[in-house]
Amino acid sequence: MKKNTDLTRREFIKGAAGIAGATVLASCGLSGDALEAFLQKHFKELSNDEKAEILKRIEDECKAKYGKEVAVVGTPAEEGVLFAYALDISRCIGCRRCVYGCCEENNQSRDPQIHWITVLEMDKSEGVNLEKANSYYEVDKVPQPDKFYFPVACQQCENPPCVKVCPVKATWKEPDGIVVVDYNWCIGCRCCITACPYGARHFNWAEPKIPTDELNPSMHYLGNRPRMKGCVEKCTFCIQRTRGEEKKYPKCVEVCPVGARKFGNLLDPSSEIRYILANKRVFIFKEELNTRPKFFYYYGL
Amino acid sequence: MIAKGNIAYYCWLILLLILILQGGFAYLHQFEKGLIVTNMRDQVSWAFYIGNFTFLVGVAAAAVMLVIPAYVYNWGPIKEIVVYGELLAVAAISMCLGFVLVDMGRPDRFWHLTPIIGIMNFPSSLLAWDAIVLNIYLLVNLTVVTNILYSLFMKKHYNHKIVLPLVIFSIPMAVSIHTVTAFLYNGMAARPYWNSAILAPRFLASAFCSGPAILLILFQVLRKTTSFRIKDEAIHKVAELMAYAMFINLFLFFAEVFKEYYSNTQHIVYMNYLFFGLNGKMSPIAIWGWLSVLFGVIAFLIFLFPKTRKNFVAMNIGCVMIYTSVYIEKGIALIIPGYTPTVLGEIYEYFPSIHELRISAAIFGVGFLLFTLMIKVSNSLLFEELSIETIKNREQ
Repeated sequence: MKKNTDLTRREFIKGAAGIAGATVLASCGLSGDALEAFLQKHFKELSNDEKAEILKRIEDECKAKYGKEVAVVGTPAEEGVLFAYALDISRCIGCRRCVYGCCEENNQSRDPQIHWITVLEMDKSEGVNLEKANSYYEVDKVPQPDKFYFPVACQQCENPPCVKVCPVKATWKEPDGIVVVDYNWCIGCRCCITACPYGARHFNWAEPKIPTDELNPSMHYLGNRPRMKGCVEKCTFCIQRTRGEEKKYPKCVEVCPVGARKFGNLLDPSSEIRYILANKRVFIFKEELNTRPKFFYYYGL
Repeated sequence: MIAKGNIAYYCWLILLLILILQGGFAYLHQFEKGLIVTNMRDQVSWAFYIGNFTFLVGVAAAAVMLVIPAYVYNWGPIKEIVVYGELLAVAAISMCLGFVLVDMGRPDRFWHLTPIIGIMNFPSSLLAWDAIVLNIYLLVNLTVVTNILYSLFMKKHYNHKIVLPLVIFSIPMAVSIHTVTAFLYNGMAARPYWNSAILAPRFLASAFCSGPAILLILFQVLRKTTSFRIKDEAIHKVAELMAYAMFINLFLFFAEVFKEYYSNTQHIVYMNYLFFGLNGKMSPIAIWGWLSVLFGVIAFLIFLFPKTRKNFVAMNIGCVMIYTSVYIEKGIALIIPGYTPTVLGEIYEYFPSIHELRISAAIFGVGFLLFTLMIKVSNSLLFEELSIETIKNREQ
């Protein structure tokens, strides 16, 4: 605990409750890492030292569970950056490479299967009509001549309904525009899943399973570190890749074979994303809901 | 006093204990494996548990609102009616909290939702509001009944300065718990089926149908088995008030149906799923949707005509029908079509799993057990002259 003489009342009660809780749990046989995880504070309330400790603890947990060295970072948002995404639906062929690439990059559970990206197959004659959409099409038969493909993932809304409804502030919008979840703070009430108009949030209905050899060891606390049973997860624009020195593209952008996916900084006037917004026929999905996505669909051809 | 009773009473307790035990085992399994043992999935992420929760919030709200007519029409044993109403509210809220707890993915993190030690997303999250108003409501009702019962035990007059304002306060609280619960759904703009301004009024109207239905049957049972004396006129009056509530309930439902089918927009799919099915396939909940409407209409007709309303057999059948109607409406017809089809147009056919049914039965078991025991204790205080003096006398 902090050596600070002017403890606030809230901190005092928290500390007292924490000690009381710890005593109860310790007497129940829970100890060590499990106990620390149980008592862990909200990510935004952690000091830098506490963050470092927790990242270390998660690395140890991963090593114990998967027998593999991993690195978990907590890189914060960079100033002057607001990430945005653009998807060319005239180019997308529905091959789902983005879906599988995302799954591997972001350590999504293979069983039960979780996919952050859903590709919808729609009739060209119908346009974007969800009643006629099919996400269970056969991938080895694409592209069908009379169909077009409409991938949907988190739209990273400026006005995110999922954040508004969370009862414990376990999900929030970062300064660079990415909507993240503190998997250790989420209580699993699934309000956000109900609130999201894009089906972008996914719940861990069971303990997630990832084969050890497929575990991506390069992790971010708010991104692709392995999740636990009972919490909600979602696309983070590959926060572990797009933040920090390397400034890599999200995995889905990298693996797209037809270059339908574009990503960049909305605040940088010379970025590709700004060029698309200024010069292409762009639309946003479910505009009437006023969620203000930073995910834009466009017709490049 | 809770140990004494006839064979029927013991059979009832044993039945409840069996319900609780079997569901306890089912919950242990769910706790270990996760919510995968339910039939909920990302497509339909709230279902039977939250449906039961919603229904019981209505019961809790309506139980207390009966205090107003009891007072206005001078039904006689007002104290008893207050006690029974508030005990029913306490039992119903306890079940509500139980249903929320079993629906949580991380029940071990329940403390995140408590004020001061956790973080509440207040005022933005309606679930945070709901947690607050439900707990205040529970506390208010507990305070009132314990105060009345304790003063009966001590042979004193209950504290008017505490009880009266709290009883009055509990009435707007009753309205607010059901309104906030309706807003929880109503505020989800992503789900057009719930995004209707008459959702909260519909919640209140249906609660005024189902809550009194339980109390009417309870009053008759207590009248037969205890010294609780409630006049026939009072029961007929409640039934008459229920007829008005049922009319408003059906009218609001009709307004919703008109809006959907006359405007005939894409948003009609949800109601079509409830009553028919989509893509030429009948939905598994259609039969329940129709049953709810049918029972609602028949019960309304029974309660509408004084002749049938005042016939106790017909009235009790009506009570069971309206209770069933509202239970189906809140448990299935409200929630499942809200998610079907999903926000991306997928149809996931949900029906509760055996685990969901078992765990829900156990929560009802806990609620009924709590209610039975509380009624048993309060009856000995209200009618059997149990008090501190009789206990002292017995000891001597």
